[in-house]
Amino acid sequence: MAEQLYNAIFVGSIYALFAVGFALVFSVLDILNLAHPVVFMLGAFVALFFMSTFGAPAALAAVAAFGVTGVFGIFLDRVAFAPLRRRGAPPLSAMISSLGFAIVVIRLMELRYGPDLVSYPAGSLAQTVLQIGDARLDGLRLLIIGLAIILMAALTYVVRATQLGRDIRALAENPRAARLLGVDVDRAIAATFFISSGLGGVAGALLGFAYNAIYPQMGTPYELKAFTVMVVGGMGSLPGAVLGAYILGIGEIAALVFLPAEFAELRDALAFGLLFLVLVLRPRGLLGHRVADRA
Amino acid sequence: MLLECDGISKRFGGVHAVADVDLSIEPGQVFGLIGPNGAGKTTLVNLISGHLRVDSGAIRFAGGDVTRLAPHALTARGIARTFQGVRLFKGLTVLENVLVGRHARMRSDVVRRLWPRGAPDRNDREKAGQLLERLGLSRPNALAGGLAYGDQRRLEIARALASEPRLLILDEPAAGMNPAESARLRELMRALVAEGLTIVLIEHDVRLVMGTCDRVAVLNFGRKIAEGTPSQIQSSPVVREAYLGSEDVA
Amino acid sequence: MDAIVDFFRVYQTTIGVIGINALLALSVWVTLYAGQLTLGNAAFMAVGAYGAALLGMRFGVPFPVGLALGALLSAALALPLGLAVFRLRGVYLAIATIGFGEVVRVVILTLPFTGKALGLNGIPPVTELWHIYLSLASVAYVLWRVQGSTVGRAWAAIREDEIAAASQGIAVRRYKLAAFVAGAALAAWAGGLSAHLNFSIEPGDFGFTRAVQILVFAVVGGTPSVAGPIFGATLLTALPEVLRPLKEYRDIFAGLILMGVIIYLPRGLVTLAELRKTRRLQEIGAADVA
Repeated sequence: MAEQLYNAIFVGSIYALFAVGFALVFSVLDILNLAHPVVFMLGAFVALFFMSTFGAPAALAAVAAFGVTGVFGIFLDRVAFAPLRRRGAPPLSAMISSLGFAIVVIRLMELRYGPDLVSYPAGSLAQTVLQIGDARLDGLRLLIIGLAIILMAALTYVVRATQLGRDIRALAENPRAARLLGVDVDRAIAATFFISSGLGGVAGALLGFAYNAIYPQMGTPYELKAFTVMVVGGMGSLPGAVLGAYILGIGEIAALVFLPAEFAELRDALAFGLLFLVLVLRPRGLLGHRVADRA
Repeated sequence: MLLECDGISKRFGGVHAVADVDLSIEPGQVFGLIGPNGAGKTTLVNLISGHLRVDSGAIRFAGGDVTRLAPHALTARGIARTFQGVRLFKGLTVLENVLVGRHARMRSDVVRRLWPRGAPDRNDREKAGQLLERLGLSRPNALAGGLAYGDQRRLEIARALASEPRLLILDEPAAGMNPAESARLRELMRALVAEGLTIVLIEHDVRLVMGTCDRVAVLNFGRKIAEGTPSQIQSSPVVREAYLGSEDVA
Repeated sequence: MDAIVDFFRVYQTTIGVIGINALLALSVWVTLYAGQLTLGNAAFMAVGAYGAALLGMRFGVPFPVGLALGALLSAALALPLGLAVFRLRGVYLAIATIGFGEVVRVVILTLPFTGKALGLNGIPPVTELWHIYLSLASVAYVLWRVQGSTVGRAWAAIREDEIAAASQGIAVRRYKLAAFVAGAALAAWAGGLSAHLNFSIEPGDFGFTRAVQILVFAVVGGTPSVAGPIFGATLLTALPEVLRPLKEYRDIFAGLILMGVIIYLPRGLVTLAELRKTRRLQEIGAADVA
């Protein structure tokens, strides 16, 4: 039981890191970045690259993953979103543009690494097991959970207490006013993507470490879960995304434990049924703002 | 009595946007609605036009209770409106905008149109064309979004008139108009009233309001603080105070 | 002449798939035209596919009846769904429909008589090309005529500005629902045709990826007219064949083309044809996709 809870928190932590970046872009730019799963996957592969090519330790590789995918996120914005923003295009166009971008990058990765599972270099990942009472817990996952919490705390600090965070929040609330008030909009947007993609990339690297199996399409299932997380937690709300992520993580593990095996797929249906119910009954989710009519 | 509002109220969270407002509008007049910014004028209009639901009170139009009706039902009954800041169908042409305005009065031609030569809505197009002419809009196939601001405003009025309303609510129609345009607007309003239309005019342009309206009601903080003829309103100390003695009322 | 017949024989399936994709693209187009972004049509397609296939295989229902019943069932599902989500806009609506689509997919995976994850096999291949193209031609014709009618104008008004549309006497909810249900029925019909073209179907055919693909057909093709989605479906279905010489790099080009079109041709590829007319230059960029 304790192990299952532990797993649930681990899964929730990964979801949280993934979803919070996704929610950040949505809250600032009102678009669904369908290329987000790509930076998730890239983070895992960047870590792999650093570990196999330079023999870097996993910790350093994770930092590299953050940095590289962060910068990549800025590139993604310049190529796929910025031209549409200049034109004042609706969010649908941004979604499709990011989709095209994702297709290209995933395919490139498949060409380079093949579509199958790839592992990290042997012996590069800690294999510790902690004994807490009756439970035998994987030490690596504990580390990951801790790291995730630290990252989210850091994000909270940046958003709440720094000038940059204020700029980003201003941009999210009212782009035109923000610009008029002197906020460097381009810088704030670039920072948004750097943070969003960096977090997504780190999430991918950490997940990769935990399962020691990565592949180019690994981000796709997370995309759909991110929708659920965002909706349940509240679209565009960062704490909501975190809350939603843990709810989903716990819910999924609970379903795994309590539902008989034949109904395994119903687990997924639960997530989406939940998503659907929330949208219909309380579109703003748990912590989101009122979904006013876009009139 | 064409339109009656009986103690209608609307709250948003803790704020009373409209509080216990009574209005009686006789047919055949231009009724002005003024008040400082944020007084609740547009909220009141949204309540009358069905876009918002009243928290309490009743609205009666032409003898029938219309409190809970949706906007499209009110249009069918004869209430039309324009919007503050113009809400045109920008991607449609000028003519198409007016044709949409006629929606309430047009018979659905979907089935007829399935035949290749299907009956064209000639009668409706004619009426639409006449409205365009009357409002001085000369390019029926231009995109509404590309029109000059003044033209857009007039198009919105044409669209509202297309539904052959008995009551027309104009929400700040003169905003951004120069004096010549305002004068033309005033002439239009008087002409429409002479033809039997009743107009509710929300405006900040005091000259227009005082020069066109038969009666004026003043709102402040969601409440009606005064009602009377234009000259009564102009000399009312209550109204003066509401505007804080600014040049608005002088 | 021989070359043409040969071409036809070799590409028969592709031509069939193009027609079906065009129908699917039109199903999304109808709802987009009324201002609703739906990603649920793959699910409705599944309802039609499984419905028609099961009715035919288990109950011996004749093919056209099976198609019709599948469409009817889809419409019946779309009605409460449309009512439930009618207040949602844009992205929220899209996500709600995605959620619905996933629920349907999982339900199929769980129900005993659908063959679950293995899907249905041995579906009689009774779909002929003329079925597909007759359907396509009829639907395209009807939609084209509806576009210029009061209903079409009402949909366009709703798409442009729902609040203003309501004040013009348009019963917004009714019209949105009509578009939504029509799209669902259309997708189901296409699904039924597709099931009997491919001999077998499985739940994975009808997931999120499919829904996005259909949306892309419509948007890339262009939304101002009925021709757009048809053109988009044709181009994007044929593209993998056309790009075959590029082998592994096919998808990369497809992705790049997708990005290029959405960034530089906001109203879709059909607007290329209209670029010559000066009036349309205003239109491109003026009023955008849904």
